[in-house]
Amino acid sequence: MSRSDVLTDADWVEAHGGDPGVVLVEVDEDTSAYDKGHIRNAVKIDWKKDLQDPVRRDFVDKAGFEALLSERGISNDDTVILYGGNNNWFAAYAYWYFRLYGHENVKLLDGGRKKWELESRELVTEVPQRAKTSYHASGQDLAIRAFRDEVVAAIGHDNLVDVRSPDEFAGRLLAPAHLPQEQAQRGGHIPTAKNVPWSKAADEDGTFKSDDALRALYGDQAGVDFTKDTIAYCRIGERSAHTWFVLHELLGQPNVKNYDGSWTEYGSLVGVPIEVGDGK
Amino acid sequence: MTAGPVSTGGCGAPAGGAPASAAQDAGTQAVVQGRVTQNGSAVAVGYARLLNSGGEFVAEVPLGEDGGFRFFAAPGSWTLRVLAPGNVRAERTVSADLGQVTELEVAV
Repeated sequence: MSRSDVLTDADWVEAHGGDPGVVLVEVDEDTSAYDKGHIRNAVKIDWKKDLQDPVRRDFVDKAGFEALLSERGISNDDTVILYGGNNNWFAAYAYWYFRLYGHENVKLLDGGRKKWELESRELVTEVPQRAKTSYHASGQDLAIRAFRDEVVAAIGHDNLVDVRSPDEFAGRLLAPAHLPQEQAQRGGHIPTAKNVPWSKAADEDGTFKSDDALRALYGDQAGVDFTKDTIAYCRIGERSAHTWFVLHELLGQPNVKNYDGSWTEYGSLVGVPIEVGDGK
Repeated sequence: MTAGPVSTGGCGAPAGGAPASAAQDAGTQAVVQGRVTQNGSAVAVGYARLLNSGGEFVAEVPLGEDGGFRFFAAPGSWTLRVLAPGNVRAERTVSADLGQVTELEVAV
């Protein structure tokens, strides 16, 4: 898989965003940004309302995903271009989710909303009208989703990549620094996890670094063993979806899973081992 | 619906940072907040990034319509970096303390 199969850029989106068979989707946790202005022809997906089960902590199921995409006017053979704020965290999460449910043609807009805004490109408030479709999803591809028991079993055996900031990894902060700090869970990280903050994979404008730079970052600098399976985690699974995208989609590592339970699950489990302190 | 002790609701950075109501409960928080202006007017399109004392990225929020940003840091020294269209870049160093709201005005 090459970079152009999974990533696109702003020039391409400006030229082809309205083509038949192309659907632009802005994905965010807070969709007020979309409402104020979005890329022409983009529909929106709300990470919380549209992608999460409203009652239990899990994703919408296959039927829910089918209903969502059908309602948004997305067909199985459409090329879906995802972008969003927060350096594409939620767009990367949605990308992982589209792959989880078997969508073939999906790409991220490199740099997401931030690069688009910093380049003063056009944003519109007009919401496109798309005819409903009958979307058919596959069952979840669990080769890319990790659950807690596999995470515990991976300690000391496989690569665990903690993509949170160094302060969260060490246990000094319990949430990213743009959020109030919570007190309930324990702070720290899963023993043997390497700390490679998601942000190291991106430049300041939100675009991904080159394949060579990324391979050096995870391999030589962090000590991730590319011959082993890898599980990435963060706090709730969206920053680690960004890293899953880097390892699995850009670098082509075969066995990489995203642990969407992440620290809010692990840090609240009874009896599991936790390490505190800075990375080694 | 009541919030549980552990929020799994999200991780995203709202424009301008999390609401002031959270910052007013500064008893357990080390808040760094402020506003970005250019020629006296708010810079409404742009980003504020928080870097730790080692220069490592820690967090980022899009600026609010009033140019505002807010972070919940840990005690210590931080660098605030502003990105705005037209290759505008600005940096300030700031120290944060628990129970305090540190205010910063950044003119670019």
